[in-house]
Amino acid sequence: MSEPLVIIGNGMAAAKLVEELNARALGRYAVCVIGDEPRLAYNRVLLSSVLAREVSRGDIELKAAGWWRAHGVTLLYGHRAVSIDADIRRVKLANGATLPFGKLVLATGSKAIRLNVPGMDMPGVITFRDLADVASMEQAAKTHRRAAVIGGGLLGLEAAYGLAKAGMQVSVIHLMDRLMERQLDARASAMLKSAVEAKGIEVHLNAETAAIKGPHRAEKVLLKGGGEIAADLVVVAAGIRANSDLAATAGLTINRGIAVDDHMQSSKADIYAIGECAEHRGTCYGLVEPAYEQARVLAGHLAGQNAAYQGSVLATNLKVSGVNVYSAGDFIGAPGTENIVLSDPGLGSYKKLVLKDGKLAGAVLFGDTADGLWYSELIRLGTPVAAMRGDLIFGRALAERSLPKAESPKPLPPKDMAA
Amino acid sequence: MNAPAQHPPAVRTTCPYCGVGCGVLAKPDSHGGAVIAGDPEHPANFGRLCSKGSALGETLGPETRLLHPMVQSGGALVRTSWDHALDRVANGFARTAREHGPDSVAFYLSGQLLSEDYYVANKLMKGFIGTANVDTNSRLCMASSVAGHRRAFGADTVPGCYADLDRADLIVLVGSNAAWCHPVLYQRMMANKRERGAKLIVIDPRRTATAEEADLFLAVAPGMDTALFCGLLVHLSETQAFDFAYIDVHTTGFAEALTRAQDIAPDVKKTATLTGLATADVARFFEMFTSTPKVVTCYSQGVNQSAQGTDKVTSIINCHLATGRIGRAGMGPFSLTGQPNAMGGREVGGLANQLAAHMTFGHESVDRVGRFWNAKAMARREGLKAVDMFDAISRGEIKALWVMATNPAVSLPRAGHVRAALEKLDLLVISDNVAGNDTVRANAHVLLPAAAWGEKDGTVTNSERRISRQRAFLPLPGEAKPDWWIVTQVARRMGFAEAFAYQSAADVFREHAALSAFENHGTRAFDIGGLASLSDDEFDGLKPVQWPARTATPHEDSRFFAEGGFFTPDGKARMIAPEMPRPHAALSPEFPFRLNTGRIRDQWHTMTRTGLSPKLGGHLPEPFVEVHPDDAMQAGLVAGGFARVTSPYGSCVLKVIISEGQRCGSLFAPIHWSGETASSARIGELVTPATDPYSGQPEAKATPATIEPVAFKYRGFALSRGRLSLPEPTWWARAAVARGQGLLLASNDTPEAWRAISASMFAGTEIAEFVDAIGDIYRMAAFADGRLVGCLFVGPSGNAPQWDVVKSLFEAEAVGETQRRGMLSGKSTDGIADPGPVVCACFGVGLNTICNALADGTAANVESIGKALRAGTNCGSCLPELKKLVSQRSVDHVRAAQAV
Repeated sequence: MSEPLVIIGNGMAAAKLVEELNARALGRYAVCVIGDEPRLAYNRVLLSSVLAREVSRGDIELKAAGWWRAHGVTLLYGHRAVSIDADIRRVKLANGATLPFGKLVLATGSKAIRLNVPGMDMPGVITFRDLADVASMEQAAKTHRRAAVIGGGLLGLEAAYGLAKAGMQVSVIHLMDRLMERQLDARASAMLKSAVEAKGIEVHLNAETAAIKGPHRAEKVLLKGGGEIAADLVVVAAGIRANSDLAATAGLTINRGIAVDDHMQSSKADIYAIGECAEHRGTCYGLVEPAYEQARVLAGHLAGQNAAYQGSVLATNLKVSGVNVYSAGDFIGAPGTENIVLSDPGLGSYKKLVLKDGKLAGAVLFGDTADGLWYSELIRLGTPVAAMRGDLIFGRALAERSLPKAESPKPLPPKDMAA
Repeated sequence: MNAPAQHPPAVRTTCPYCGVGCGVLAKPDSHGGAVIAGDPEHPANFGRLCSKGSALGETLGPETRLLHPMVQSGGALVRTSWDHALDRVANGFARTAREHGPDSVAFYLSGQLLSEDYYVANKLMKGFIGTANVDTNSRLCMASSVAGHRRAFGADTVPGCYADLDRADLIVLVGSNAAWCHPVLYQRMMANKRERGAKLIVIDPRRTATAEEADLFLAVAPGMDTALFCGLLVHLSETQAFDFAYIDVHTTGFAEALTRAQDIAPDVKKTATLTGLATADVARFFEMFTSTPKVVTCYSQGVNQSAQGTDKVTSIINCHLATGRIGRAGMGPFSLTGQPNAMGGREVGGLANQLAAHMTFGHESVDRVGRFWNAKAMARREGLKAVDMFDAISRGEIKALWVMATNPAVSLPRAGHVRAALEKLDLLVISDNVAGNDTVRANAHVLLPAAAWGEKDGTVTNSERRISRQRAFLPLPGEAKPDWWIVTQVARRMGFAEAFAYQSAADVFREHAALSAFENHGTRAFDIGGLASLSDDEFDGLKPVQWPARTATPHEDSRFFAEGGFFTPDGKARMIAPEMPRPHAALSPEFPFRLNTGRIRDQWHTMTRTGLSPKLGGHLPEPFVEVHPDDAMQAGLVAGGFARVTSPYGSCVLKVIISEGQRCGSLFAPIHWSGETASSARIGELVTPATDPYSGQPEAKATPATIEPVAFKYRGFALSRGRLSLPEPTWWARAAVARGQGLLLASNDTPEAWRAISASMFAGTEIAEFVDAIGDIYRMAAFADGRLVGCLFVGPSGNAPQWDVVKSLFEAEAVGETQRRGMLSGKSTDGIADPGPVVCACFGVGLNTICNALADGTAANVESIGKALRAGTNCGSCLPELKKLVSQRSVDHVRAAQAV
């Protein structure tokens, strides 16, 4: 008899887990996936592309309905889990039903943080997390002209890009002195700002939202220290917080997210958490790649394999507003590191490598990111790079060619990421 | 059917470089240049050309040309009309000569001038202004040969011809790097060696490229050639190799010459000691010379450029006279001249110690020439030779100077002193075809745009007395005019219209030919009277012809003196007793080295022409000093590093080449670089002004000097479309590159400083940069409208950036994206696939890679793309794009299928 495995959350991490389980432990578990969004799991990364009408809604589905059926997964989408009884191993749904589990995986993701300023709950103020948000934004774009996005991180810029593409006049309001400050250094940020502005998006840096005003619905954003930005639609993308309310009902240890060990197990046996809701070694990740790594590790663990998650090298490898950006490791450059910089504004390209003790410690790439993965591997493996220091920044092909044959490092082992 | 394209026929002309005087076929192309080939019918080269001649087509561009007259006005040179410029020159010279006497004016001419240009300038000065202050850069080149010839033969007559080099059994090269400086003749010698087994002996303090093929190489001590040939004369005497019949009938002074030779070099051992050679080598040389009747001794700058140059020539000629080996096939002393028309200049009298047509300042000659010219103001005595002339300028005695087609501020000894002297002139006129050189920048008052090679029309004479036509094959650019025309116009404005009524170069040539025959009656070797009545058409069609040409159909390959017939009063050759040889200045602890100067293979003079050729610039792009390994070690010099060479007159900073071929205690540096082409390599600056007492030729190869290392922390290069200037005190050398120019540089400024410098150098362009602060590297490339317009690479000296790859991209101008991405690496991106714009960000998979996989069948759908390339298998964000590519691909397939 198959052991009942319940996965709460029907997002990208959950879909990856199911896929990995099927590859490793087919038939061992009777899998049930519960998701509160009323649709099949989709690729959240592409929401802005949907908004920008670059792809259709159907295109972003991760797996077709038939796939789930064919793999014997019970799919309960449009259902919200409301509590967990860890002792009796039951999950209670909003409709009153309870589901028993042998193993439980929380993949509840995260939710957008709403700012604690007046007017946040006014009509016309939304967050950007799911397809429903996309629908509201599309609706707003039809009837209104001006949008303000609060938050100049990845999500905010993606929302701004989508809204601009949908025909709105968009302003980005960012608290910090540069965009995507956690992923990019100052120069890459400045280039990104230019690229964003070239798309017709206004960028306000060092701008803190004081309030959202309007008699009936949002009409403008007031900034601290004066100044206001007219906006009929305000998208709040100022950060996320792990969805851990449900986990709390089970009495799990929760810090910034659901605390998990290297097997992705929470403070209680047989209850696991992966993706943005999980906190591993003090870190909550907000990107898809760590979520996938966690899903793979958990699948291995559940399949009885010796799998452990060591944390992810934080590599950002993204397309923002149509521009490829990449960063990894210590890309700012702590004291004691050395920088190598290559820039070509004509190609829209900027690269910075940070070296420490003859090894690559970090990298930021703007525009030309083709070698990002290679740099990530060099950082992860701690490969000595002194012999190719001069050519390293010109990419793998050139750098490795300039090495004497005997010194060429072995080809990097491909990371097992294939679906 | 298209009509066949009309190509203009190739024009037969002569190469403007060395004295070999090779025939050239020049075919103008449609871009203002020309396709150059050797003329198979020219008897100097039979179709061969050297590297310099072959690259002539690259040196014709208008970029550096002076295209209209300019005069100094308010401290700057401004454009003016020919009328105004010519008036200023004519009035200036007339007034100066009137107020300060004729000796207060001077002309400084050039072996680059055609005989016709030379003739009118010489005539104006010596016949009408009334001074013999006409000298030429040929003074620096072969004046000692002239003096040696005149002393021995009574005339400046080269006895043999090039065919002798084909027929000799032994060729002795003295002070001649013919392999680099007369390459086509050297190839003729090599052919003789190959085909007939002729032997080659090379005598040179330096083991040059010429020595590579030598059967015997003698690294003679600087300036001691005379001792060697005196030793040879003694040996010839002891082995009874003299031709007493010839000596008795055709020479005088034999006993004195031999006695002096015995004093100087009584035996092989003493000769070896004096010359710093191994006794066995000296003995072998003597034996080879003695036992080989058919011997030609060629000599060049190593003999001439010396304070004992005339004696060196004399001691060589003595050996040939004493053996009667002169003027017979395969025998004779043979001066190889440096310049294309040094010989022509000598023929018209373009030297301060000659009058005209090989006549000197004897009363009779002055009278004769005066009558022929109908000149009232004949100069009656010799004028000032080059070095003395510039000293007189420096003292303020000469107040007006006209420099034609040469660059004395670079090429004369103590070039810095010369430059300072030029600045004292009341009137400095320069006619040249370049808008800027070091002499122009020394306070020129009037610049006159002269026709360049390819535009000018007239005659030149090569080392074997062969007169060849230089013909125009390009139109005169801008307002440029031939030199003869310019001088003629000035002469007319000075009131000498009647004597300067020439309408063409042919008019001038006919008069020149007539003067050579005027009251000659066989008393003067130089007689081309047979050409005095050529029609214009015959002049245009004139084939290369050797003088003497007393009739219209002279001999091929004429020779002199086999049967005596010298141009002395008694018809006998003079055997002169040379002085004990010693370099003019002694070495000292302060200046312990002998500085030797000379040429390199692919450059000519001060590079105003060869410097335009990217091909030629590639050979040795940086000015250098060659040092023996032991000296280098002692002085702490490293190969590829830099050194300051200092003499009592100046100093240069040069790149160090360490070479076993360099003599211990001697340094060698090339003469070519100027203030225009390098920051600190004007070697003339260092050269002693000591001159030969007979020829006035400077001792350019034996200046006492010292050397010390100079360290630069950084080295690099810059490339630009236009002219770049680098801030002081950067060391730099300019090198021609296609579509722009290159600078090789060395500096102690940090890469960070160079970053700021290059930002201002290339202001207004889009700048790509590579910065490695800890590695001390800065590289940048400037783009305008997507095209590469310049770049600058700077790095630590120990790991200096190489420019080959970048230079070829720069020359190509349009740079592909993959090349551009890799460009600042300085390495070639050939063979590196262009992946195209990134589609899959997670795995860095590019558009081209995906399209290729779809095209070659590696992948057919999104899933197989993922399997093959991993694209789309992580975050999946690119899946929609992959889908599009796949469907696009199927559409293309269908279309292609339909099209078939």
